[in-house]
Amino acid sequence: MSQPQENQFSSISDCRRDFPALQQQVHEHPLAYLDSAASAQQPESVIETVARYQQRDHANVHRGVYTLSHRATEAYEGARDKIRSFINASNRKEVILTSGTTESINLVAQSYCRPRLQPGDEILITHMEHHANIVPWQLVCEQTGAVLVVAPINDAGELDIDAFDKLLSDRTRLVAVAHVSNALGTVNPVQDIIRRAQARDIPVLLDGAQGVPHMSVDVQALDCDFYAFSAHKMFGPTGTGVLFGKEALLEDMPPYQGGGDMILEVSFDGTTYNELPYKFEAGTPNISGVIGLGAAIDYLLSVGMDNVARHETQLLEYMMQQLGNIDGMRLIGTAANKASVQSFLVDDIHPHDLGTILDHQGVAIRTGHHCAMPVMDYFGVPGTARASVALYNNRDDIDQLVDAISKAQQIFS
Amino acid sequence: MNAIDINHDDELRDLYRELILDHARNPRHFHKIDDATHTAEGINPLCGDKLRLYAKVDGDVITEASFEGSGCAISVASASLMTDLVTGLSVHRALDCFAEVTGRLTDPEHQADHDFNVNLDKIRALDGVRDYPSRVKCATLAWHALNSAVKGQSQPVSTE
Repeated sequence: MSQPQENQFSSISDCRRDFPALQQQVHEHPLAYLDSAASAQQPESVIETVARYQQRDHANVHRGVYTLSHRATEAYEGARDKIRSFINASNRKEVILTSGTTESINLVAQSYCRPRLQPGDEILITHMEHHANIVPWQLVCEQTGAVLVVAPINDAGELDIDAFDKLLSDRTRLVAVAHVSNALGTVNPVQDIIRRAQARDIPVLLDGAQGVPHMSVDVQALDCDFYAFSAHKMFGPTGTGVLFGKEALLEDMPPYQGGGDMILEVSFDGTTYNELPYKFEAGTPNISGVIGLGAAIDYLLSVGMDNVARHETQLLEYMMQQLGNIDGMRLIGTAANKASVQSFLVDDIHPHDLGTILDHQGVAIRTGHHCAMPVMDYFGVPGTARASVALYNNRDDIDQLVDAISKAQQIFS
Repeated sequence: MNAIDINHDDELRDLYRELILDHARNPRHFHKIDDATHTAEGINPLCGDKLRLYAKVDGDVITEASFEGSGCAISVASASLMTDLVTGLSVHRALDCFAEVTGRLTDPEHQADHDFNVNLDKIRALDGVRDYPSRVKCATLAWHALNSAVKGQSQPVSTE
């Protein structure tokens, strides 16, 4: 796997300069952007790559015989190769380009599960999933009479692995689990999960939306069957995502959507489908988004995923410590193994009031249920405030957050 | 007290006025009415604000209004102020208030109806939300629930 040289930065703190959005003031305070788990900012290199493509190279892909179409196709397919290498898929046919994690999961639900599921079959998820890893399974269960089974979590926000193990049954047809929980930050023991599922020949889908931006992911080492993620959480554009699937599984699956580009030959007597990965890519794709994702991967590799993970682990630890020192603070999500995210509540201040007051201090956090209502129900709260760190955050951001929380406490005291 | 601490931040002070904080901390009419004639649920999916509004209507008059639920300071204060205001009003005048309040908070061009003569001074404490598009829904949630309740709509009303 050819990677650009790591450690080209004297320090990871230099990264911040690469992100134009972070150079601004909000309400006369420097912007402390602590909502990358919702959507990450883009480095100049991604913005420029997309702009250059739009200005010079745009044409439809896989169609034209002219120069611009060649350039667009080359850049688009070049990005697919970068994605393949980034997650270490064995082959580019296993990299399906989608509109995002949500579509990737829906694709598996409809194309892999729907034709296979019989009434009484089971899909096993966990209590900490994002709605995007719940609702697609509920839909396919409604369509087929299958049953959605939910593995419990504990008060720290960790999966109860023994209970999970007991719920694996001879009716389980798929396991779908978050690599990293978006609401709690929990890093799930995915290797253990995969090992236990595979012992029973059950395929595993990982929702990697919160995994890929924060740690090095190797789908072959994991040996997962499907891995879904989004570009915009890893410093790329919105509206673009990836489904990795093992080739043998993808080959067996019918197309997800019909249209142009996913066919070899169409007549009114029938249609033959294109080969992988194009079989799953009907219609004109988000070309600039995919090219932007390629540039985001180049950027991440230039920083080095190990550096990213090390920096974020230290910063998350600092954030948990600083938040934990605040009187009236309730931290939600205190798993032993966490990445990026800390949910919390302060006194009895509603998260939305907190969010508005923090915004006035230049601090951007997410407030609400984080598309994980079952998690909120488990902890008995309507929502939380959530701060998440990315490679460009630093201790100043955390200090600004802590000061802003203290201001909110003054107002509501 | 606290409102003075933030004098240097006028906008925030404008949003979290003393009156709002008071109603958020000690909401009035915060209970169920067992023999309510009208009720409706209001949900703000973005925030997770959720309230149930109760009204007792006798003839054309709202003799009692109340609510239960949970939400941010803005939505709770708004529900508290609203139930205070509409108690004793005719349904017709309460609906005029609904139109006036939601109009004023959501439409920059809004002009009060000439015939409108209910004293909304306290409700004006919520005017600060106009600068916070994402929070206007919090302030209008109870009003939408009231509108839905007195019109006898059974579906939960959502401000999304």
